[in-house]
This record gives sequence, structure tokens and C-alpha cells, in this order.
Amino acid sequence: MDRNAFLIPALGLAVALGVGASERLTADPPPDRKVHVVYWEKWSGFEFDAMKRVVDAFNASQSRIQVDVLSVSGIQDKTLMAIAGGVPPDIAGLSGAMIPQFADANALAPLGEMARENGIREDQYVPSFWDPGVIRGTLYSLPSVPATIALHYNRELFREAGLNPDKPPRTTQELDTMADRLTKRKDGRILVSGFLPTEPGWWNWMWCPFFGGRLWDGKGKITINEPASVRGFAWAQDFARRYGANAISTQRGGFGNFSSPQNGFMAKGIAMEVQGVWMYNFIHQYAPKLEWSAVPFPHPADRPDLADPTVSDEDVLTIPRGAKHAREAFEFIRYVQSQKGMEMLCLGQKKQSPLRKVSPEFWRTHPNPYIRLFDRLGYSKNAFATPKLGIWQEYSDEINAAFDSIMLMQKTPQQAMDDVAARMQPKLDTYLRRLRQRGGA
Amino acid sequence: MNSRFRKEGLAGLLFASPWAVGFLVFLAYPLVASIYFSFCDYSVLKPPVWIGLDNYAELVHDDLFWTALKNTLLYAILAVPTGLATSLILAMLLNAKVKGMPIYRTIFFVPSLVPQVSLAVLWLWLLNGEHGVLNAVLAKVGIHGPNWLSDPAWSKPAMILMSVWGVGNAVLIYLAGLQDVPQQLVEAADLDGASGWQKTRHVTIPMISPVILFNGIMGLIGTLQVFAEPYVMFPGGTPARSTYFYTMYLFDNAFRYQKMGYASAMGWILFVLVLALTMVSLRLSEKHVHYGS
Repeated sequence: MDRNAFLIPALGLAVALGVGASERLTADPPPDRKVHVVYWEKWSGFEFDAMKRVVDAFNASQSRIQVDVLSVSGIQDKTLMAIAGGVPPDIAGLSGAMIPQFADANALAPLGEMARENGIREDQYVPSFWDPGVIRGTLYSLPSVPATIALHYNRELFREAGLNPDKPPRTTQELDTMADRLTKRKDGRILVSGFLPTEPGWWNWMWCPFFGGRLWDGKGKITINEPASVRGFAWAQDFARRYGANAISTQRGGFGNFSSPQNGFMAKGIAMEVQGVWMYNFIHQYAPKLEWSAVPFPHPADRPDLADPTVSDEDVLTIPRGAKHAREAFEFIRYVQSQKGMEMLCLGQKKQSPLRKVSPEFWRTHPNPYIRLFDRLGYSKNAFATPKLGIWQEYSDEINAAFDSIMLMQKTPQQAMDDVAARMQPKLDTYLRRLRQRGGA
Repeated sequence: MNSRFRKEGLAGLLFASPWAVGFLVFLAYPLVASIYFSFCDYSVLKPPVWIGLDNYAELVHDDLFWTALKNTLLYAILAVPTGLATSLILAMLLNAKVKGMPIYRTIFFVPSLVPQVSLAVLWLWLLNGEHGVLNAVLAKVGIHGPNWLSDPAWSKPAMILMSVWGVGNAVLIYLAGLQDVPQQLVEAADLDGASGWQKTRHVTIPMISPVILFNGIMGLIGTLQVFAEPYVMFPGGTPARSTYFYTMYLFDNAFRYQKMGYASAMGWILFVLVLALTMVSLRLSEKHVHYGS
């Protein structure tokens, strides 16, 4: 009997079954008559889970709109390319610092009108967290999760150095003295650093405004090389001079990843470090027995007007230009901006709320013992956000490279910042000129 | 006949069309478009605006462009000969008639299969100044190892050291070349009483010179385009931009600063540079490369 008589129909059947199964697996879900809003968010892990709970609560609260949230890595590049390709998500969860660049590139839909229609107003927000979304008078983003930063210090290391852990530094001069006492060295190597201006190195630009300087004049001039702006970088360089640039580099090289038990602060390799409201989560996870406190970063003794300095940072929700369901997307954004939605999200991520009105329940159940400090810092007149410059990425890269050369003792702070200004001023001029030519400024 | 020829031709084109369409859409069009964009102010999100030679003129006066180019050329000058010599020596050793040679060859080839990002993370730990394996080994022989990753004087040597890790491909090509060296020439040299070195110098190397040239040019192109490892290991070209390579600046301009026109201009300058260096290599090697029949 011919074997092919069975083999060929059997193969045909197998292929048909395979195709049928794959069609079934990949087919669109049956239509649910809901408007599906596509939402890309940069978070992963517990931060994403917190937003997912808010999304689920929104989806359950009504029957017309379904928000489909997706965790997307490299969200800036991918959102830009999706917008350019005409297939953007309906909502993009970006970092607040990216908004000027996106707004100048005409990549975001203005939200002002929809915000007004839905009763969302500036006076409902902590000023530091409303302002970053407003570019040249137009609202482009609303906050999702805010953050401020403060000086975290290790109480145990304070005691070991003979310092009173209830009396942390209030001025930068006190911080210098305490840092010297906290620093432990052996055979030219640093075992414990009292304080390092290079740690964690995420806001190197802050040493400019923290000491009374400004990054630009708000119109068109780079001012990072003015004497007041250079002062903070000179203060930072003193640490490299006192402890040795090489010794600092060696010790820093030994620190593990931020999100690991080998983190310099959590592994007790550094006694005082500037960190954000999120630090509690990581200490809780990796070093639950660490004795720590948080206080506002000290100010220069001769500038009490610079007390309570902080960097105000935030993640935001935006509607990319060309989004298919902008109105429905804003429905969800409005839900997040409600006190209930916002507190669910911020408590989930264990951060403060960007809203002025906060429920007693939020304070009572918040696990971070210093949450009120971080909240208070959001109201500080010395809360500094990244400047609203479309070329900020490039400018901050320049500052980081210059800061590197300062801390390696390759350049004086003045030389380094003169170089930054010389390089960035023509770039800013060109950028603003082209923006004006295109009618963007 | 004519009709059949046409029919077959059409069928042939039809079968080749997936490749042809892919080539035209994903390679030819972007290639041609990038020439145009290099003369434009183009942020991807807004239509390109013709600005003539402005991007090229700005590049000439851009200090960071020259820093990145200098870093890349310096890396290429040091990494290419190091890689060539290491892979040639390894290939000669692996060409010896020893028992179990396929295993040794596999061992030396395996590292070149490691994905670049994994490789970068691995080397971050090997080169760590405080807890790294390399410095631990150096300490055993009484040498105080440097801060490979955070000292500007040592970051490029660290990159060069790392590049040797991936010589497996070049070794493989050398091995193929070494198998082709005519045995009668080696035997003739033996009869003439040539030493091992003399045979290598006057028989083996001239006979595999086209392979050396090929590996040299491929190495040059590879090093001028080095990206993934430094991008992962030295974000922003730290320390103090000592590892900021050409392609990193190109990538930053294209995707972080949204200056696609500027990045396109950089891409074409790199292309011309690679082309020129390849032509020069071919020209200079004319007298030293022997193409045996």
C-alpha cells in the first residue's frame, strides 16, 4: 500500500491544525465595544504595578474606556519614533525633564483646554510639580509621580565618629567638618566616605543653584560660568583635593549597582548621600536594618536664603500628537489627577503626592518616615527643576563631562564651566534661532 | 522562446522580490535619504529644512566631534595591530598538529560568540579597580593595578585589552589561510635548512598576507564603528570623555538630541573616512601582499 496515501493527508491535517491554532492564539480579542486607550509607561517592577492598580481601578470604574498599559523601556526614543511614524500611543508616561524637548519638537498635544473643561487647575498642585508641564504658557503634561531629594545619613556611622546623629549638618561648612570626621582611610585607600559630591551623580548641575548660581538667564544666555554659578563646583572640587581624586574613584568603583545591597550608602561605604524620596524603598528592600535619617541638604553659611534646597523631579503623563483617542486618554489622566487616583499611585510607589490636598489616611499609612519632609521640600522656594531648555540633554551631558574633569582635578571649576559656556552658547543661539524660524518660540 | 524567457524572468524577479523590496525600503532608501538629511535641520518630528552645508561647517568647529574622532582613531591605531598580532599568534599555535586541537580551537572561538552587552557587563567586573579579577591577579605578582574604568589614562587601554577577547573570528580566518600555505614551499625551506622563524617570516606570512590584509581592513572598520561595549561600560564617555567614541556622539545626536541631520552628516564623514583609510591600506599593501596562484 502506498504510504503517501496516508502521509500526505496527515501532513495536510497537521498544517491545517497548526495554522488554525496559531490564528486562534493571535486573533484580536472579541470586540467589547469599548474605546481602547494605549498607554506606554517607562516603569517596571513595583512602580509599574502601582500604576497598573490605578489603571485597573479606572477600567472598573466605568464601562466605556479600556486603558491598556504597557511597560516600555527606552520610552523617549520609542515614543519619538512612534510619533514620527504616525502611530503613537494615546498616553506616554515621560520624565518631566523631557517635556521642553518634546514640546519644542511639536510632539505633544496641548492639554490646557481639556484640563480647564475637567476642572484641573494650577492652584490644586504643589507649584514645583505643575510648572514643569507648562512650556511658554502652554500646558503639555500633568504629573504622575513627583519626587524631591534630601540628605540621607547613616546614624550608626555618625555615632562611631563621635557625632550626634540628632544634630545633622545645617550648613555646607558643617557638612565639610562632619564629612572629614566620618571619612575613614587606610593605606591611602578610603574605607568610608563622609560625603561625596559625585554620589549618586544624577544631578551634578544642582551644585550651581544650591550655591546661588543659575544655569541660564531664561532668555538666551548660558550663565553657568558666572562666579555665583561656579561656587558650588569649587566646593565639590575641595573633596577631591582633600581625599584625593584617585582614592575617591577607587572607592566609588567598588560600589555596586544602585539597586543592590552593594549600593555605597546601604553597604555603609558612604555616610551621607543626597537621595530622593524613593530611597526608602531600596533601603527597606536591601538594608532593612540600616539606621538612617533624612534632612534638607545644608546651605552655605553665608546664604541662609538658600535654605531647604532640593531638586524637584517628576514623572508625567502626556498625550502624544496624533494620538487616536486623545479625549478618552484625558479621561484616564483626569482619573489619575483626582485625589483618590493620585494617592493610590503615589502610595503604591511610596512617594509624595503632587497635589496640595492630601488625605490624613495617606500620611497615616505612608511607610516612609520622612514623607512629610519630602512633601515640604516641594513647596520650598529653593526647589530647583531642570531648566526648560529644548537642548537640556546636551547641556546636562556637557555639565556632567565638565564635572568629571573638575573631580579628576583636570580643570579648575572656572575653566571647566567657561568651556561649557563657550560650547553651549552657540548651540543655544542656533537652537533658539531655528525655533523662532519655525515659529516655535 | 522570448515569451518563456520573459516568463521565467518575471518568476525570478518575483522570487527575489522579498529581498529586493527589503533592500530598497530598509537600506537603499535610508542610505539615500541620509545624504539629503545631512544637509538639513531635521529632528525627525518636523519636516527637514534645507540648511546647505551648515551641519558640516558646524562639525568642523565642534570640539567634541574632534575629541570623539581622536579617541576613535587612537583606539583603532592601538587595537587593530594588537588584535592582528594576537589573532595571528593564536592561529599559528592552533594550527599545530597536536592531539585534541578541535577542542582548543573551540575554546578560543567561544568568547567571540558572547553578545556584546553581556561582554561589556562581564568586563565591568573583570576591570573593576577595587574588586576586579584583573587587579587581583596583578596584586598576586606585586603590581598595584590601576583604576581601569575611572582613570582617563587607563580607560582606553582597558578597551583595547577587552577588544582582544573577540579575536576568535579573525583566528578562524587565519586558520583557513594557514591551511592553504603550500606544503611544498615549507618542505623546500626545510631542505634549505631554514629555521622555524625563517619559515614563518619568509614562507608563511607572505603566503597568508592577503588574509592579514583582509583581517586588518575588517578590524579597522570594526574599531572605527565601536559602540556597544563603551556605550554600556562608559556612559557618556566617562571618565572625562576619554572613552567617548565617534559612534557614541553620532548616536547621541540622532536619538538623544534629536539632531538627525547633524548625525547623518557625521555618518557620511565616517563613511568617507573608512573608505579613504581602506584605499590607503590597499595602496600601501600592494608591495607587501602576495596573491599566490
